[in-house]
Amino acid sequence: MSHVDGNSLAGPLSELFRFDLTTTSGECRHCGDVTVLARAMVYPDPSGYVVRCCACGDVLLTIVTTEKRTWLDLSGISGLQIPT
Amino acid sequence: MGTVVETKTETPSGRSIVFEVPGWTGNVAGQHVDVRLSAPDGYQAVRSYSIASADSTERVQLAVDKLPDGEVSPYLVDDLQVGDQVEFRGPLGGWFVWRPTETQPVQLIGGGSGIVPLVAMIRAHAAAASTAHFKLLYSVRKPADAFFADELNSLVGPNFELDWLYTREAPDGWPRPAGRITQDDLARLAIPSTDSPGVFVCGPTGFVETVATHLVALGHDPIAVKTERFGGA
Repeated sequence: MSHVDGNSLAGPLSELFRFDLTTTSGECRHCGDVTVLARAMVYPDPSGYVVRCCACGDVLLTIVTTEKRTWLDLSGISGLQIPT
Repeated sequence: MGTVVETKTETPSGRSIVFEVPGWTGNVAGQHVDVRLSAPDGYQAVRSYSIASADSTERVQLAVDKLPDGEVSPYLVDDLQVGDQVEFRGPLGGWFVWRPTETQPVQLIGGGSGIVPLVAMIRAHAAAASTAHFKLLYSVRKPADAFFADELNSLVGPNFELDWLYTREAPDGWPRPAGRITQDDLARLAIPSTDSPGVFVCGPTGFVETVATHLVALGHDPIAVKTERFGGA
């Protein structure tokens, strides 16, 4: 399946976070790779996004949007480095 | 909201569209917007489009190529008219961007309408009279498929080099036969990794994937190769 870059999530994530999460470094819980979310592999889906680590391919986060709520699962990221 | 003020046919399947967006305070070259279209029955579709303009006016230029099975792009290319309005979210993205304060050499590699964020960088580079070395490798199926061709050719100079690559049909007498981009093309035409260029690659997913893989094989640091895939083949 064709994917796009984490950079494309800047819009949807801007509705959830007050900073640009795509330029934030995150650590993959599976392989330990640390890189900006803009480099992740994004698989868009009619109901949301699956975002995979560009190093190991495991799932970093998922976003699922329904009419009533957005479900954000960040369990594949063990930490974020947010510039102060 | 953005109101269409001007459209221009750029290729047989694509056009550029200028929107007037009140309150727009400019964008960094390379950023995108999310465009939301709403049908009368309430159905909504959101798509991301790179911004071709990079100035501080309230005018925002996009350029769109029609995807044969697309839901939104045929509407933008064939139906949208001057005076129509679309909903904008943006400018967005702080990764795939170039700022005139940057001085390192820059290699731009675009496939088809993947030229759009790169043309914004080239315009920002020209407007700032930047002396950073810029080199563009623009891959198109045939000469008529190039967006902004006249403008790109007119900007060639000491600080901006332009190389064309044709994948289906090359002009008569063109030294390289038409064909998809190869590692040899990149070794021949791209700024070498030893010059530590910033590299921006934008185009269909398959094109970006191929180019990024070849660049890393040629010694480029994966972190210095910034990519923007827009899906599709």
